[in-house]
Amino acid sequence: MSETKKTDTAAKAAVPEQASAPDEREVLLKVENLTKHFPIKKGILRRQVGAVKAVDGIDFEVRKGETLGVVGESGCGKSTMGRVITRLQDPTGGSISFEGQDITRLSTGEMRPLRRDIQMIFQDPYGSLNPRHTIGSIVSAPFRLQGVEPEGGVKKEVQRLLELVGLSPEHYNRYPHEFSGGQRQRIGIARALALKPKLVVADEPVSALDVSIQAQVVNLMDDLQQELGLTYVIIAHDLSVVRHVSDRIAVMYLGKIVELADRNALYEAPMHPYTKALMSAVPVPDTKRRGQRSERILLRGDVPSPIAPPSGCRFHTRCWKATEICRTTEPQLVELKLGQRVACHHPENFADQAPQDTVLLSAAKAASELVPDAVLAGEPEAAAKSEAVTETSPEPATDAKPEAAAEETKAEPEAKSEAAKETSSEPEPEPEPEPEPEPEPEPEPEPEPEPEPEPESESDAKPEAAAEPEPEPAAEPEAEATAEPEPAAEPEPAAEPEPDDAPKSPKPKGK
Amino acid sequence: MTELSKTETGEGTTAKAPSAFLEVRDLKVHFPTDDGIVKSVDGLSFSVDKGKTLAIVGESGSGKSVTSLAVMGLHRLGARGKNVRMSGEIWLNGKELVGASPDEVRRLRGRDMAMIFQDPLSAMHPYYKVGDQIVEAYRVHHKVSKKEARTRAIEMLDRVGIPEPAKRVDGYPHEFSGGMRQRAMIAMALVNNPELLIADEPTTALDVTVQAQILDLIRDLQKEFGSAVIMITHDLGVVAEIADDVLVMYGGRCVERGAAAEVFEKPQHPYTWGLLGSMPRIDRETSERLIPVKGQPPSLINVPSGCAFHPRCPYADVPAENVSRTVRPELQLVGAGHWSACHLPAEDRERIWTEEIAPKL
Ligand SMILES: Nc1ncnc2c1ncn2[C@@H]1O[C@H](COP(=O)(O)OP(=O)(O)OP(=O)(O)O)[C@@H](O)[C@H]1O
Ligand SMILES: Nc1ncnc2c1ncn2[C@@H]1O[C@H](COP(=O)(O)OP(=O)(O)O)[C@@H](O)[C@H]1O
Ligand code: SF4
Ligand code: SF4
Ligand SMILES: [Mg+2]
Ligand SMILES: [Mg+2]
Repeated sequence: MSETKKTDTAAKAAVPEQASAPDEREVLLKVENLTKHFPIKKGILRRQVGAVKAVDGIDFEVRKGETLGVVGESGCGKSTMGRVITRLQDPTGGSISFEGQDITRLSTGEMRPLRRDIQMIFQDPYGSLNPRHTIGSIVSAPFRLQGVEPEGGVKKEVQRLLELVGLSPEHYNRYPHEFSGGQRQRIGIARALALKPKLVVADEPVSALDVSIQAQVVNLMDDLQQELGLTYVIIAHDLSVVRHVSDRIAVMYLGKIVELADRNALYEAPMHPYTKALMSAVPVPDTKRRGQRSERILLRGDVPSPIAPPSGCRFHTRCWKATEICRTTEPQLVELKLGQRVACHHPENFADQAPQDTVLLSAAKAASELVPDAVLAGEPEAAAKSEAVTETSPEPATDAKPEAAAEETKAEPEAKSEAAKETSSEPEPEPEPEPEPEPEPEPEPEPEPEPEPEPESESDAKPEAAAEPEPEPAAEPEAEATAEPEPAAEPEPAAEPEPDDAPKSPKPKGK
Repeated sequence: MTELSKTETGEGTTAKAPSAFLEVRDLKVHFPTDDGIVKSVDGLSFSVDKGKTLAIVGESGSGKSVTSLAVMGLHRLGARGKNVRMSGEIWLNGKELVGASPDEVRRLRGRDMAMIFQDPLSAMHPYYKVGDQIVEAYRVHHKVSKKEARTRAIEMLDRVGIPEPAKRVDGYPHEFSGGMRQRAMIAMALVNNPELLIADEPTTALDVTVQAQILDLIRDLQKEFGSAVIMITHDLGVVAEIADDVLVMYGGRCVERGAAAEVFEKPQHPYTWGLLGSMPRIDRETSERLIPVKGQPPSLINVPSGCAFHPRCPYADVPAENVSRTVRPELQLVGAGHWSACHLPAEDRERIWTEEIAPKL
């Protein structure tokens, strides 16, 4: 959006954080292993029985003059991260430094001078302005709080700010209810800019606005960045907006950053499976592409609870590539390509990081029913590579291994027979809770029994369960064959009586 | 699902009855208030055939929800009913609803037509179990035992992809995540196999991942039952993905209408251009700047004279003699089945589109 963004994205992409390229922008904000846990207390003694791990160990930095976008599904911790880096909430652990100064543990008093430099714009243009105060008093509040007397007086400065954000100076004495959502968002921006901050953290600055108005605010923020040299952290769930405004983008999942990359790299060649799924779900306003939703990846179920996040890679309960290592070992966020950091054992668009680990978890097999063939077939080189290293599998398995997913035709016959086998081996329509590979969304912050992995691996005490723990002959080729979408019609063949029940139709899934 | 015979909704049919499954003619919904009359919908016509999806798009306050509530006959209920003036015709399956008695409309609601609301919490009662609410919706129209209805509820929850439906059926709405709640509401809306489904921003509050699940679900169910669907949304991406026809609303009126492909590829109305230009797109090169529609949505009490869009329209002065400000443009045929309400002469429209708008989208 800014000129720099247009012109030097390529240059910037070539400047990873570690490489000390000469033209690297100065780091304004640096966050290391940041965590924010909200304790859950129960009973009269208010004993802590658990914690909502809203932000659970994230690292990133924001460079002067850039816009860092933060995306992720609802509840993944974006807003919490925003409130913690602006020190509106205290972090549980980790460190935050601003212009080289450690601000992690500064007291409210010690933070006060920094409040001028770090500002936040909130999600809700309706809720964030006090209805009883005039626009003038809202926008001038920062001056009063900081005891700052701008040149020419507060009123004059406020009127200048109102003009800057496209409002009229005459609005000074009006009240918030007299303004539309877009105008209120502008008021919030004027207030945030009053003290000429260095860093502005904007939490969903445009999501409550209509597209036409949204575009006005996006352009405004862009102009102000140019004019005032602002640095932005923009949190949003709309991937099209984030792509438009950001230089670099962090993708969050369940309190973690799973991928952090240059805007173009992220959108053109996402490496984390979650990023890829997220991106593929964005509806595109182009009727010509309808029907051929070949790249759409549907994720099963909802995001697991942040109280008891899954072990290993948190995405393993919904990832179609998950293998044993994903369940046991947390992947670190490492820079695989210049300027592209990703936390995944089996990244997309890149060489497999754990090629020896080839046996898909059963959750992954279920998930892959919803993944289009085009995606499964992708990255032939990566697959080939991992295949080369495969030693565990016996002969027939080998060619059904990584590329079983890729190679539709080959997988097909087996898939069918395997589906048949599974149904027949499971004659009882057990009313017993059907262990869905998909995590149970638990809206309540209640202590949950346990993280997913257990129920899951147990649940799959099905034919292929043996395959999971140790990739040995038991890991029949058919294990992967499920990647074939066909038998997907019955994702849970076990639990359903399913007599002939004609009206029963396939579960919602991508085809 | 047993196709229970839907008793002759055709009775009372007159010669005027249209051939389309749902046809709305010159619908007006006005609300008298202390400040004046709010003309939320002011002369709207459209039709939807079975098996087809019509998307209604427009910014907030343009009258989308009021339109859908009118079709469902929900404006005339309770206290709300006293304060609404409705006129025009709504033909559902050969039966006119605006003039029909509230009882007649109630009989159709939930059975022949059902609605998915913007906010699932408002449609589901927080104190009743999800399953009981679906059972209730079913038993209103079917004389079956509670047990049978419960089985049906579980089946529906399963259909919409709720895991462990037999367990979840006894859960309360707040125990469901947003996406599950939305799915449960869809289950409730579909329990009677409605022939018309109205979905009012069914995915606006949801993440893209869940949105994709829900859209897929609606599409599958439509395919299976051949229902007519009205999808209300402001997300043009959603429209492109699921709509056969599009109706663009501005200030309570239709400004453009046509097949989705037509409207997306050859939009004719300046407001539609504005909508398309203000949207960042994930499928295109990132453009330098978005092209916002300047100004604010119109007041529906003092609707701007002439073309309601004129205060915000960059081309308001192109049509001669100030007509944009003085004469309300009527819908005109601008292509096959494609209508637009704008005074711009065809050649100007063509020129502006090809030279100024299309290159920037
Ligand atoms: N004060 C709090 N006490 C307990 N839990 C909290 C608190 N604030 C946030 N959470 C939890 O932390 C997690 C992350 O919340 P957060 O608001 O950061 O999500 P988000 O990514 O901003 O989501 P959205 O896109 O919906 O705004 C959620 O599970 C939320 O319920
Ligand atoms: N019961 C009512 N009384 C007065 N005005 C109403 C009522 N219901 C809706 N409106 C007004 O009608 C207009 C259209 O509303 P609505 O259809 O809900 O918009 P949207 O297109 O966002 O769904 C708005 O200006 C709204 O304030
Ligand atoms: S492949 Fe493994 S590590 Fe990578 S996202 Fe999937 S589950 Fe996580
Ligand atoms: S009638 Fe005039 S004001 Fe209205 S859209 Fe057309 S050109 Fe613009
Ligand atoms: Mg948030
Ligand atoms: Mg609405």
